[in-house]
Amino acid sequence: MVQHTPVVGIGQKRSSPRVEAYKTFWRRLRKNKAAVVGGVLILLFVLTGIFGPFFTTGDPNATQISNKLAPPSGEHWFGTDNYGRDIFTRIIHGMGITMKVGFLSVALGGTVGVILGIFSGYYGGPLDTFIMRAMDILLAFPGILLALAIVSVLGGSLQNVIIAVGVFSVPAFARIVRGSTLTVRKLEYIDAVKALGASDARIIFKHILPNVLSPIIVQLTLRIATAVLTASGLAFLGLGAKPPTPEWGAMLNEGRAYMQQAPHLVLFPGIMIVLVVLAFNIFGDGLRDALDPKMNK
Amino acid sequence: MTKFIVRRLLQTIPVLLGVSILVFSMMYLIPGNPAQMIAGEGASPQTIAQIEEKLGLNKPAPVQYLSYMKNVVQGDLGNSIRSGRPVADEIKARFWTTVELSFYATILAVFLGLIAGIISAVRHYTWSDVSIMLVALFGLSMPNFWFGLMLIQWFAIGPEWMPEFMKMRASGWGDDWRQLLLPVITLGTGGAAIIARMTRSSMLEVIGQDYIRTARAKGMGERVVIYRHALKNALIPVITVVGLEFGGFLGGAVLTETIFAINGMGRLTIDAIRTRDFPIVQGTVLIISFLFVFVNLLVDISYRLLNKRIDLN
Repeated sequence: MVQHTPVVGIGQKRSSPRVEAYKTFWRRLRKNKAAVVGGVLILLFVLTGIFGPFFTTGDPNATQISNKLAPPSGEHWFGTDNYGRDIFTRIIHGMGITMKVGFLSVALGGTVGVILGIFSGYYGGPLDTFIMRAMDILLAFPGILLALAIVSVLGGSLQNVIIAVGVFSVPAFARIVRGSTLTVRKLEYIDAVKALGASDARIIFKHILPNVLSPIIVQLTLRIATAVLTASGLAFLGLGAKPPTPEWGAMLNEGRAYMQQAPHLVLFPGIMIVLVVLAFNIFGDGLRDALDPKMNK
Repeated sequence: MTKFIVRRLLQTIPVLLGVSILVFSMMYLIPGNPAQMIAGEGASPQTIAQIEEKLGLNKPAPVQYLSYMKNVVQGDLGNSIRSGRPVADEIKARFWTTVELSFYATILAVFLGLIAGIISAVRHYTWSDVSIMLVALFGLSMPNFWFGLMLIQWFAIGPEWMPEFMKMRASGWGDDWRQLLLPVITLGTGGAAIIARMTRSSMLEVIGQDYIRTARAKGMGERVVIYRHALKNALIPVITVVGLEFGGFLGGAVLTETIFAINGMGRLTIDAIRTRDFPIVQGTVLIISFLFVFVNLLVDISYRLLNKRIDLN
């Protein structure tokens, strides 16, 4: 019997093109210092959102009127608010809410937007026209106005803010994914797969989706930043979570009246919003550079 | 060109119709009966039935929509539930305040954004580029309502040396132009950041092109190359962002007007949402969106005029 001894050559050490692409992406991302900082901050924020409340000493809604509007001190790092509640504890508890609103709303908007975008780009024709006109209509409500109108109809609550901000994110995903799908659809290998008799569902999920994933991931990250800003704006207007929920936008709204005597009431929740949004923005920028350096010169 | 304008005008029709259908449906998506809301709690069933009859609320939705649109076209946006006054009058009294605020914010954003973006691109990878882009990133990540609050804190109740007009203008809205300063800065800064980033990347792209190299090789001065050759082409994509920014400011004015107690359309909307005065909410949302669609139409046309090479059809 002839036994084949395996030949270990250069060729065998090479991994699949997808793994190679992943390695290149990872190398580029790690080189981008700002993106690394953003990524680490996001990880820290998510962990704080999940585990933070177990480590803070008190109840975020525990009032202590005798100690209201106290400035930052060793006992109360970020001071206390108009009810004597510890602002640091409230901010730690608010982190989870911010992360929840950011991730869930973008997951919702992203899922719907990606499906619409792929269908629009893949099938084309009247379906494409219909979906894209519908997106134009949603985009005709500028800025926060669409989310505002939705919340005004549904009523102010955390859940409704997630829905409103989610709907607000749909057109951005649909447009980007449609564009990328159109490019991928025209490639020869899609024709080849089609000729082999692959079903539409198989082509979409197996061949198109993996190839339009890069812009989706970048958009997901950047949209979380926008979602956090929009949601905090709604809460600031009193249209988000109801008091005494320690939502940062709502804390800013409550603290506004005491700004002269105790500026720390508006200082810390605002800084936290900036930090979270900044982290997602720089991480998103970094991802974009790493996934496709041509996209951002 | 005329053909393009006509086609572009026709394209806005379905969008405007879609917007109006969505805005119209708002009244029917809210929980509860609109007639009950207008009549107030504790109204008798007869009163509610009378209101339904008067407003045509008992007719099928498409019929109601058509009569709503007929009224809108004639400038009738219904009556406010709270004050009973026509919504159109309420909006008319505040329309220009919001447009003025957004307009100045756009000018500030374009001015600051262009300067910052050009400096950044011309001196790219130097410390001035890095610091400008860092500031822009902060501007982009800052909630404008928080920035507004901080400005009030610094300027109005802040240091002694602050000019008197800054202090007094920060808290209210009157007739003096100077009171516009803080709201315009609040509203425009985020947009400036976006325009700066856009200008920078657009400029860098143009500077890398062959014709710029040729211009330099011909021995042209750096100023001429940058301002006459590069900037002109780099500005084209920036224009689209300007239109979007103006629209964003119209929406964003909701927050700015709330902070600075400015009696514009944004504040009218928020007050109406709080008091559940839906005809007002419908009216302001409709007008702001229509205005936005119109501005985008103008931007598309000017984009086309400036860049004849692209075919938007």
